[in-house]
Amino acid sequence: MPEPDSLEQKVIELIAQKKRLPPESVTLDSTFVELGIDSLDGMDLLFTFEETFKLSIPDEVAQQMKSVRQVTEALRAALAANPQPSAN
Amino acid sequence: MRRVVITGIGAVSALGVGVPALWEGLAAGRSGIRRVTVCDLDRLTDPIAAEVPSFDPAAYLSSDQLLILDRYAAFAMVAAEEAWSGSGVTLTEEERPRAGALIGTGMGGVTRQDECYRDMYDRGVTRTHPFTIPRIMYNAAASHISMKYRLEGPTLCISTACSSASHAIGEAAELVRSGRADLMVAGGADAPIAPGVVKAWEGMRVLAPAGDNPATACRPFSADRQGLVLGEGAGIVILEERERAMRRGAVIHAELSGYSATADAAHITAPGVESPSRAIRQALAQAGLNPEQIQYINAHGTATRLNDSTETTIIKRVFGDYARKVAISSTKSMHGHMMGASGAVELIATLMTIERGVVPPTANYRKPDPECDLDYVPNQAREMKVDAAISNSFAFGGLNAVLVVTRV
Repeated sequence: MPEPDSLEQKVIELIAQKKRLPPESVTLDSTFVELGIDSLDGMDLLFTFEETFKLSIPDEVAQQMKSVRQVTEALRAALAANPQPSAN
Repeated sequence: MRRVVITGIGAVSALGVGVPALWEGLAAGRSGIRRVTVCDLDRLTDPIAAEVPSFDPAAYLSSDQLLILDRYAAFAMVAAEEAWSGSGVTLTEEERPRAGALIGTGMGGVTRQDECYRDMYDRGVTRTHPFTIPRIMYNAAASHISMKYRLEGPTLCISTACSSASHAIGEAAELVRSGRADLMVAGGADAPIAPGVVKAWEGMRVLAPAGDNPATACRPFSADRQGLVLGEGAGIVILEERERAMRRGAVIHAELSGYSATADAAHITAPGVESPSRAIRQALAQAGLNPEQIQYINAHGTATRLNDSTETTIIKRVFGDYARKVAISSTKSMHGHMMGASGAVELIATLMTIERGVVPPTANYRKPDPECDLDYVPNQAREMKVDAAISNSFAFGGLNAVLVVTRV
């Protein structure tokens, strides 16, 4: 299990909330297809991540995000490139 | 010849959610106009409107729908569900390609559009929610209705300002009449009470001021009329080919027996006389009726100085001496000017006169105007038998639509 306040945990929480899934059913290895996240849901989630973590995901990175792990990696990269105060 | 009947009706208006609330308000002569509460007022001048009272979309729509439906489309979905479930209609897989949706709107998802622009230009926000485009687009209501009821035939949007819904219903009826469809979900929806839109209407100087009692601000055909009042909501009807409806034992509210669309081709805002008169004549001709066979006219009746006197002239021109005998009312005095939804809600009010034997009044009628000297059913609903009635819509841009309904 990830740390409760970790970025991974927050991403899982947000996805579970948006898709109304039990948080325990969302793991780092879950793919968008498995979670029933279609292209429109994906855009909505991307917007939510950008707002929550106060960062910007470039289109070419966004297009590659197909799993929870890919999301967290992209968010870490964006945070490292442009460090922001934690936005919990 | 294929004939078209109305087998379902649904409405969301300032008089409440649902046709029963609409009709109860209209028959009681009750105005739904009050001070605006649904948008920021900081740069507006004491705005009033016919808002849908305490509309909670979450009571009718799923959280997924709430995210993607703008206010106008939410109204359309709620009205469509009332009409669809009331009609008792079901579709087989083979029937789906011959069923469609034609939903008018004057301004589409302008609630979100106004917020988006305000965020950008006023609040310095640099990104906007990804569903902004699917919320704003004018075909959103038609598309969501087609998705919900799996209508795979002609599905379209008509945007002709205040005539949008009447044109949508009329053209949908033509699709059924011509054999291109057997069933159409048709009507209109609008939610124009957003700061930028209200401001734009203020700029035209056609809005009635609030006064001491906003409920009495809209006074069609009265000598002291002072302009229109914006409204919001939706009206949806189910149009069905008559034989089909009869085969399945549907409850038929009325026949949509006539429709005509004409253009003034003259002025972008001032109403004409000749072309709206021709629209009434053509619609009556399609219905096979003489003017004397019409007992009720639901007027466009916006309560602007120019509309109401011009419409009176039009009615006299078409109906001659009989113009003084026909009952006329403007229900906009109660549900406001619902823009692209008006024609549909007014058509529902019109067919209810046939069903209920009651003509709704023109509310807030106070003082006779020599230029408006017909029977506008002032202030009190009237019990009378109605077998055939018309609903007028005369839009900015000189685009006119007239619908005729007759008892089945």
